[in-house]
Amino acid sequence: MSAVLTLDFTVNGKRRRVRVPPMKRLLDVLREDCGLTGTKEGCGEGECGACTVLMDGVPVNSCLVPAVQVAGVKIVTVEGLAKGPALSVLQRAFVELGGTQCGICTPGILVTAHALLRRAKGRVPGDGEVRVALAGNLCRCTGYQMIVNAVRAAARETRASARKRVARAAKPVARAKTRPVRAKAKPARPKAKIARTTAIPVKTQPKAVPGRKRARR
Amino acid sequence: MRAALSTLGVARPRDLAHALKLLHASLGAGRLVPLAGGTDLFVTLNSGFVPGRRFLDLGGLRELRGVREQGGRLVLGALSTFSEIREHALVRRRYPALAAAAAEIGAWQIQNRATLGGNIANASPAGDSLPVLLALEAVVQARSVRGVREVPFTALFRGYRDLALEPDELIAAVSLPPAPARAKQFFRKVGTRRAQSISKVVLAGLLRLGRDGRVDLARVALGSVAPVTLRTGGAERALLGARPSIAASDAARAALLEDIAPIDDIRSDREYRRRVSGNLLEQFLRVVDPRFARR
Repeated sequence: MSAVLTLDFTVNGKRRRVRVPPMKRLLDVLREDCGLTGTKEGCGEGECGACTVLMDGVPVNSCLVPAVQVAGVKIVTVEGLAKGPALSVLQRAFVELGGTQCGICTPGILVTAHALLRRAKGRVPGDGEVRVALAGNLCRCTGYQMIVNAVRAAARETRASARKRVARAAKPVARAKTRPVRAKAKPARPKAKIARTTAIPVKTQPKAVPGRKRARR
Repeated sequence: MRAALSTLGVARPRDLAHALKLLHASLGAGRLVPLAGGTDLFVTLNSGFVPGRRFLDLGGLRELRGVREQGGRLVLGALSTFSEIREHALVRRRYPALAAAAAEIGAWQIQNRATLGGNIANASPAGDSLPVLLALEAVVQARSVRGVREVPFTALFRGYRDLALEPDELIAAVSLPPAPARAKQFFRKVGTRRAQSISKVVLAGLLRLGRDGRVDLARVALGSVAPVTLRTGGAERALLGARPSIAASDAARAALLEDIAPIDDIRSDREYRRRVSGNLLEQFLRVVDPRFARR
C-alpha cells in the first residue's frame, strides 16, 4: 500500500513514467501529469463520454479509470489520432461536414468513432451501427446527424483509398479479381463527401481567433 | 484532480490467494473496498462520497477472468466485462437473454470496463444483469480464506443492497447451469433511453411449452420493482400448466402485480412501473407464442 505510485504506461505510442496517487483518475493523469488536455471532463460519472480514450484499443471513460489499473497499458487520446500537423481522415470529415460545433464532446466522439472504424475494418458502418457505437457520447449541439454523416463519410473515403491501393498493387492479370464488385445500379442518394484536401481548407478555419474578440458589426 | 482521491490507498495483490488474505486481514481496521472495473465505484467517488480509505485492486487477478465450460455449465469469471459477455459465442448461443442484457448496460465505454462480478456486488435493485442471472438460476462462487462457497442466485439478495456474502468473501465467478432445452429466453429493459440509462423496469424470462401444448417451464424475474431483484412466483405458478391464451396472460399479469412493490423515485413512479411490468410480461408471452395475445 503506497500513497504514491510510479506508473509506467504508453500514451499515443510514447512510453511515459509518472508518479501519481494510485486512485487518481486516468483523465487527470493525462491532463495534469502528461500535459495532454485534448481529453475533456464532462459529467465525471461515465454518462457523457467526453473523456473517452482508448485503453488497449477499446474506448473507456477515463474519468472512471484509476491510475493503478493503467500500469503497462496502451492509451490513445485524441492527440494520438492525427499524424503530425495533418488531420486524420475522420477528423477532416468532422471539420468539413459540420460534425463539431462547440467542441467539448468532439475529442471523445473522435476517439470512439476511430475505434468503431478500426473494428469495421474497411466496411462502412450503417447509420444505426454508428449511433449505437456513439450512444455513450453525448453532444448537445449538433443533433448527431452531422456526426453520423462524418463518421460514415470517413469510412467511405478510407475504403475508397484502400481499394485504390489494392488495385495499384495488384498485377494486371489479377486486377480483374481484386477490382471491387459494384452492386447493380442503386437508386442514387446524395452522400456526404469530404473535399479532397489533406489539410483543413482555409474556408473552414474558424473565423474568430481564440482569445480575441470578434469585431462587432 | 478530486482532492479526496489523492489520499486513498490501494493494495495490489499478487494473486487471488493474496487478495483473500489481505481482505480478511483488513476486517479489523477499515475493510478494503474491492475495486474491479470501477464504473460504479468512481461514480460514487467523483460525487464526493468515499466508501472507504483503502481499496483492493482486483484488476490484475487472472483467476477471476475468462469464460469456460465446466461439465455442461458455463462459468464466467467475476472480471468478465459486459463486452466480453456480449460477444462470447457460447453466451450468445445458449444464453441470448444474458447477451442481450450485456449489450444494453451503459454504452460501449462502460461495457468495456464494467464487470459481471461488479454488477452483482453493487447489488442495485436496478442492476440489468441480475434478473437474467436469477431467471437462468445462476450460482455465485464466493471465495474467502476459508475456501469456496456456492450461493444460488435465488438466495443471494437478503434485502436492499444486502448480499448474503461475508465481508471477507469475494465473488470469484458466476456459474450458469445448462439453459433448459427448447425454452425461449427474453430480456427487455425500459429506461429513458436505450443506452446509458438506469432501468425503470427490467424483465427477464424463460418459457417453454410442453408436447401437450401447455407451459411446462416458466421463470419470470424483474428488477427496479422492489428492494431486491426478484422472481415472481405468482406469475410463474399462474403460467405453469396453462395453454397459451389471453386468459392465461391476464392471470399471470394479475399475479405478477401481487408480487412486486415498486416505489416513486427520481427515475419513475409506482404506477408507471406497475403498468410497464405488466406490459413487459405480456410482451414476453406474446413473443414466445402469439396465442397469448389472442381472444
